[in-house]
Amino acid sequence: MTQDTDAPVLELRDVSKSFGAVVALRSGTLAVSRGSIHALVGENGAGKSTLVKIAAGVHRRDGGTFRLDGEDVDFGSTADSKAAGIAVIYQEPTLFPDLSVTENIFMGRQLLKRGRRIDKPAMYAEAERLFRGLGVRIDPRRPALGLSIADQQIIEIAKAISLDAKVLVMDEPTAALSGVEVDRLFAVARRLRDEGRAIVFISHRFDEVFSLCDTITVMRDGAYIATRPTAETDVPEVVGLMVGREVSDLFPKQETEVGEVVLAVDGLTSTGVFHDVSFTVRRGEIVGLAGLVGAGRSEIARAVFGVDRYDDGAVTMRGKAVRASDPRAAIRAGMAFVPEDRRHQGLVTEGTVAENVAAVIRTHLTRAGLLTRGRENRAVVPWAARLEVKTGALDLAAKTMSGGNQQKVVLAKWLATEPDLLIIDEPTRGIDVGTKAEVHRLLSELAGQGMAILMISSELPEVLGMADRVLVVREGRLTADLPRDEATPERVMHAATRGRDSEEAA
Amino acid sequence: MTTPQTPQTDTRPEAETHDEATTLLVEPSSLPPRERLLKTLLHSREISIFAVLVLVILAATVKNPGFVFSASGWRDLLLTPSMLLVLAAGQTVVIITRNVDLSVGSVLGLTAYMTGRLFIDHPGLPVISVFVAGLVVGAVLGLVNGLIVGWGKVPALVITLGTLYIYRGIVLTWAGSSQVNASDMPAGFLSLGTKQILSIPVLFVVAAVIVVAVGYVLQTARSGRELYAVGSDPDAAVLYGLPVRRRVIAAFVLSGALAGLAGVIYAARYGTVSSDAGTGIELQAVAAAVIGGVAIFGGSGTVWGAAIGAVLLVTINRALPMVGISDFWQQALVGALIIGAIVLDRVLANRQARTLIEARDEQ
Repeated sequence: MTQDTDAPVLELRDVSKSFGAVVALRSGTLAVSRGSIHALVGENGAGKSTLVKIAAGVHRRDGGTFRLDGEDVDFGSTADSKAAGIAVIYQEPTLFPDLSVTENIFMGRQLLKRGRRIDKPAMYAEAERLFRGLGVRIDPRRPALGLSIADQQIIEIAKAISLDAKVLVMDEPTAALSGVEVDRLFAVARRLRDEGRAIVFISHRFDEVFSLCDTITVMRDGAYIATRPTAETDVPEVVGLMVGREVSDLFPKQETEVGEVVLAVDGLTSTGVFHDVSFTVRRGEIVGLAGLVGAGRSEIARAVFGVDRYDDGAVTMRGKAVRASDPRAAIRAGMAFVPEDRRHQGLVTEGTVAENVAAVIRTHLTRAGLLTRGRENRAVVPWAARLEVKTGALDLAAKTMSGGNQQKVVLAKWLATEPDLLIIDEPTRGIDVGTKAEVHRLLSELAGQGMAILMISSELPEVLGMADRVLVVREGRLTADLPRDEATPERVMHAATRGRDSEEAA
Repeated sequence: MTTPQTPQTDTRPEAETHDEATTLLVEPSSLPPRERLLKTLLHSREISIFAVLVLVILAATVKNPGFVFSASGWRDLLLTPSMLLVLAAGQTVVIITRNVDLSVGSVLGLTAYMTGRLFIDHPGLPVISVFVAGLVVGAVLGLVNGLIVGWGKVPALVITLGTLYIYRGIVLTWAGSSQVNASDMPAGFLSLGTKQILSIPVLFVVAAVIVVAVGYVLQTARSGRELYAVGSDPDAAVLYGLPVRRRVIAAFVLSGALAGLAGVIYAARYGTVSSDAGTGIELQAVAAAVIGGVAIFGGSGTVWGAAIGAVLLVTINRALPMVGISDFWQQALVGALIIGAIVLDRVLANRQARTLIEARDEQ
């Protein structure tokens, strides 16, 4: 392994970063050598992205060492990091859609001719040269608008090369690419490696990591775990390093009586988003929908609830078909949906708690078309009490509350409709640990009372701790349906990340 | 091979589906430079809006040949839009950065009145000095806008709506019910309002020079291109390390300075200035830019288009009475023009996006 002999070009050691009270990165360490493709792997929320953003100058670290070419550096902006030779290619590149591909590459450092005028012909020629060097063909004059994600990444890479970047960080570049596009990207990456550049490759796909990278660094819970040469490790070891933590007592799961089928989803398909998804959720059952971010879990939930349309398949509640693309029909059929992004999708943050909770049952509360504050408060009190929403008065504005309490208000809002099925997307994202347990206890209680719950979560321990059954989604398809006692972290991760072309054994 | 993955979080229409076979991308353009130039020109927004302008002028001239073919007709055709041209050039720069400057009418009123006051209070002042004063005062007022927008992270619409009232309040307090009359200003200054060189009004020449200069900078200077980048995607501009805040402030300073200059032009052109000079003209400036194809959400459009839009707006207002169209229809037509321009924008943008996606899928 070459990296043992040369000094690393990029070196981050014991780097930490907090956002307010939330610690995103406790101790991140990464050392990348020239001419190496270095994989950075870890679960969602392991701190990979934060580490990368510190290298990119997006965030400033709170502590730790950051060296580039052996020299201590401290970037205050993306411009600083770029000037020092670090380029980051994000999963979804940020290009200027209105401007030409060439302008996108050279923005801010256009080639100039006499009188500091921009030399367009020279820029077009240079862009063509860059594209040729990468083995792709793109019209340098076309606008960035309408480029596929893969092509946009190529533009970003061309930009990085024209900057003569020493270090290229690719943050989950393949998440949105097709097989051919991935092959092309890898060919480009290898070419850059052979030119002596260092590449950091973040991916959840082990087949890609193992075929492309020479070194693997694993992170977990905001901290560095281990670095292994690819040749000396295998998938089970890496998975073990990634998930290696026991399911804690955070999850007070009650044993429940699982009853009849409440929700049945059959062959649900939405072109390009998810395919042939079939599952059921029974009375008293918590079904966990696991998978990587972007695998299509939220999209499936949104389609079931009727927020998004689907092309094929059927949704039935208690044997009765639910109209597609009609959330009101879904609510009438007994569904409730607590979306992932509370602030945007579930809560009128300017409104009071009472208004929020009463929002979905207003029609039952009105008398002669009028809604009184008193009636609203009376209807809401029992729910708020049950959820122990800690707001002194129901008149408090929702936006002043903590994330945990906001989540409970959203829950109260939907529980007031007395649903048979609760779909909840990332129930504890952005919630402190204490409140997390409360939300979990509540979900468990609701299931105990006979509610069917479909829970989407990116936190593996949460899924494993809460769910009676775990469905795993990978790239828009259900890849596993595991009962509670068979759902181990390794099996779920494996089903969520298995290579797309192979049924490679773990 | 399994099915291609589609990005879920990308909401733009092109993300719908895409085929696997994208190894080779959109071919490099094979058109020779001359044809490419011609094609670009023919497909441009500017050319279509220019065609509308020509139609309007033709219609008015058929009805009344003096609209173009008389000394005063020809002069008015070029002179009347001059002030709006200057404002529209500044407004375009601001709109390109995904902002808007509604305070330009008040800035114009302020410097127009100031021009009169300067001549009254300092008789014998050289004419050039009021132009400098107008530019400087306008730039300072623009800087105030820019600083608040740039640092306050408050939408420019709100900020400049506020300064629209504040700046107008300054004029009202300063001028009271008094007004500046032509007799207060030197003849050498007022004659600028009507003077012609080779039958072209001087004020039009000034406006044209400004439009060309601004357009040239926008197209060929780094800072100009960065304005487009900032408006096209402000977040991306930050990631690129562009000086976003400085560019936005600069755009407002330019817009303010040009509005200040337009105030001086106002004084020279009309001779009398009261405290309500230029009220409402900011909306005309925005309308001119929009009609000329400057996208209201920034990132695209040219000063050339805005300039043609400004001339069209003014000319329509003069031509329609001549063709015998009532006041109501004049206003409605301007409204229709604005909505039409935006609808056309959408349609063209959608079509372009579709063509680009199809081109991609065919590869």
